Amino acid sequence: MEKAKKKRKTVTRRDFLKGFGGGALGAAVAPSILAQEKAALQTKEGKIPLLASKKITLTVNGKKFSLMVEPRDTLLHVLREKLNLTGTKRTCDRGECGGCTVLLDGNPIYSCMYLALRADGKSITTIEGLATNGKLHPVQQAFIEKDAYQCGFCTPGFIMSSAAFLNKNNNPNLEEIKQALSGNLCRCGNYFKIYEAVSAASKSMRRP
Amino acid sequence: MSKREYFKDTEDATLLYYEEFKDKETILQQATPEPEKEIFKIVGQYTPRIDGEKIVTGQAPYTHDISLKGMLFGKILRSPHACAEVVFVDLSEAESLPGVKAALPLKKGRVNYAGEPVAAIAATDEKIAEEALRLIKVDYKPLPFAVTVEKAMEEGAPQVLEDRPNVPPKPFNDYSRGDIEKGFKEADFIIERTYKTAVEIHHTAETHGSVARWEGDRLTVWDSTQAIFSVRDGLARWLRVPASRVKVIKKYMGGGFGSKLGINDYTVIAAMLAREARKPVKLILSREENSICVGNRPSSLQTIKGGVKKDGTLTALYLKNYTSGGVGGGDRCAEPIIDVYKCPNMKVEEYTVYTNTGASRPTRAPGHVQGTFALEGFMEELAAEINVDPLELRKKNYSTKNLGDTGIPYSSKGLDKCYQMGAEKIGWHRRNKKPGQGNGKVRRGLGMASQIWWGTGRPGTLADIKIHPDGSVEAICGTQDLGTGTRTYMAVITAETLGLKPEDITVKIGSTEYPWCGSSGGSTTTPSVAPAIREAALKAVEWLKQLAASEMKIAPDAVIIDKGNFINKDNPEQAISFQDALRRQRREMVFHGECGGRSSDYAYNTFGVHFAEVEVDTETGQIKVLKVVTAHDSGRIMNRLTAESQVIGGVTQGISTALFEERVVDETTGNVVNRNLRDYKIATSMDIPEIIPLFVDIIEPRMNIMGTKGLGEPPRIPISGAIANAVFNAIGVPIREIPMTPDKVLEALKRKEG
Repeated sequence: MEKAKKKRKTVTRRDFLKGFGGGALGAAVAPSILAQEKAALQTKEGKIPLLASKKITLTVNGKKFSLMVEPRDTLLHVLREKLNLTGTKRTCDRGECGGCTVLLDGNPIYSCMYLALRADGKSITTIEGLATNGKLHPVQQAFIEKDAYQCGFCTPGFIMSSAAFLNKNNNPNLEEIKQALSGNLCRCGNYFKIYEAVSAASKSMRRP
Repeated sequence: MSKREYFKDTEDATLLYYEEFKDKETILQQATPEPEKEIFKIVGQYTPRIDGEKIVTGQAPYTHDISLKGMLFGKILRSPHACAEVVFVDLSEAESLPGVKAALPLKKGRVNYAGEPVAAIAATDEKIAEEALRLIKVDYKPLPFAVTVEKAMEEGAPQVLEDRPNVPPKPFNDYSRGDIEKGFKEADFIIERTYKTAVEIHHTAETHGSVARWEGDRLTVWDSTQAIFSVRDGLARWLRVPASRVKVIKKYMGGGFGSKLGINDYTVIAAMLAREARKPVKLILSREENSICVGNRPSSLQTIKGGVKKDGTLTALYLKNYTSGGVGGGDRCAEPIIDVYKCPNMKVEEYTVYTNTGASRPTRAPGHVQGTFALEGFMEELAAEINVDPLELRKKNYSTKNLGDTGIPYSSKGLDKCYQMGAEKIGWHRRNKKPGQGNGKVRRGLGMASQIWWGTGRPGTLADIKIHPDGSVEAICGTQDLGTGTRTYMAVITAETLGLKPEDITVKIGSTEYPWCGSSGGSTTTPSVAPAIREAALKAVEWLKQLAASEMKIAPDAVIIDKGNFINKDNPEQAISFQDALRRQRREMVFHGECGGRSSDYAYNTFGVHFAEVEVDTETGQIKVLKVVTAHDSGRIMNRLTAESQVIGGVTQGISTALFEERVVDETTGNVVNRNLRDYKIATSMDIPEIIPLFVDIIEPRMNIMGTKGLGEPPRIPISGAIANAVFNAIGVPIREIPMTPDKVLEALKRKEG
């Protein structure tokens, strides 16, 4: 799967504890205005300063946001709780179901498995930002026409995965569609109609 | 609140399900409603959901998405022990954590399963609440437990519930008719087989949860529920507040499948925390909690002994079932065997086995999924035994009256038509005439299974049509849309009746401030809401025609209504618009509709058949479902587009049941092991075959004015049996246990060789 195989920078335990304040993201040691320190943690390797929170900048659906996040905050948490973008769903909260799929620099990721600090400086598209100028994305339109949902809870995740997939392959066969969506779960079980919708969307995206 | 009592509440809820959703003679009236004969223009066509854009843009508000000013986050501490005595609960350290605003002890005495609530916290953020849970000190005195059916049935096993044995000696379902011994004597062949089904978890996409807010003595609750009125009444009962001061809202919900019927403990706890903290509280359960304490489909261990004559006539059927729903009651699995095939002699005994695991809840077609898997597997084996076509065996024992042709007539039963349509579409003639006759590593097979369910409406369901002076129209009902498309068919029926378009109608549902409607379960929603809306709309259109007639200075019965216009049928050139007809109106008009009763001289059931084609790899034991054809008799279809989704969803969930789903409990720790969506396998996009949903389109003649029956449960019922029978047809040896994991297939193949 695309989303699982994204390049991953190595993160050590030390980096994690520091809330990426040091090397991992290549940022300079955070000045106090940008980060609040908690008590330091004493380890064998010496004292590690712990970050209580840090300022990050995100571009979400084309809008820039600067906000304080805790090292433990996931991107999903920040989107839902801090930016009130609740279209992205928390379903399994551990990278199994794809309900929280968003696009990070155009690639689909599980936002529940992605620390907000790591998204610093990145551009994110959520389901709320997929339609452009009030016009639905072809995938959104096809989901309505084919009734490719039931309860609708997993739908934003499916739509984001589908949109990213069709950007890379706008003429997929059924097997490719199944593969592309295998990281998303639909408990109501409407996969069959989702295939139809993705296929219909690909047709309308190919049309000039 | 007493947890003990709460258990009783949930347990009763499972049993009450049958009382609530099956035909209830007491509320039936003698009047026979005449279904509409007219050909509808929008009803029964393909109408995309009116709220589709909201869903695909992430704007549909689910309970998870509710955010209120000053809102706190609730968390529940749950017992890690399958059985223990809670000696004391010390909340003091948790309470002193900054950010914690309320802490409640919930348990004293015995906990009976791992996951039972012990205490609850509300804090300014979710992480603080979680931290606070870790600071709660509980002194547990662990007690011996039994988490498996085998262990619970052993002599001298630890007693699960204090007030009753693990297997109460009296069957909870004890039914007989005819003379079973005589029936067996008349048989040319008698076989006896045992079938086993696993415990399944609902795993709704949206985990269970509620948001509670008090304003003075008034309580508002947003709840992820299938039953807003049951939640309202439950809250009133548990919190001892008047129902008139409780409001429950559910706009969108991420799946229920039975697990969100009735009042839940976490909803009551959220309201208690909110009252304590004087702030709104949001309490959302985790995926892990969803695995252990919000219900499951009970297991079953069913032994069927049946007799048949050489020509295929059934002479006797005897079912003995041990079903386990943890600390809750198990499922009645006998309804299909009691009802669907003609059989004069019958005996049924069903026993509950209590174990120290979470209580069962209704799970989409409770009992029928398990019962149909066993019955239809048995029919398949009988057919093989006497060497007849399995479909012919079903036809041979076709009934037109309920209780195996010994009761009252079915008001309508299109199962014969379903058989014909389905068999033709799948190409039934392609099946192996002798099970397992094929060669090679990968074998193909075809199988089928019949379905019966209730699916009647609930008399007394209310709905309103409101017409504003500007010509805009509202359809209002206190029902819930579970994702089945309730909103859309309400708009469809209103638009059809008033000569408008579905998108012209504003639909309002999901609040206890709207006219009463029962819970959305038992496939009752459509046959309850559709006739109520239609009745209200018919009253509205009568009034509108009178209004138009006086504007047009003609007789009301000369007015016909079409595409938003009122037309003089004697002079089609004379027409006025909807708005023109209303131009003198200064106030809104409300028309009330109600779902009426039906005659008790008939039985009202839904029917269907599923045909499945599978491929079995005899080296790996892997089953691949290639194609599924379904044919259903659910009366008149309201919206074919959403009805198809409903069937496709039922089939997909049934594939999941047949091949993957099983809750695993560790006998050493007493805990559920597979508490997430990776270890608890469900069907994914890689497992889905071609699914062809067919409907027989028989208008139910006397159940309600729309001639419609339910469709929620039916497509969930026969699919697991159809797949198992197809596997039998492919490899020549039956697998009598679901899920049919590869190890069971290989074992069965070994059995065949041996």
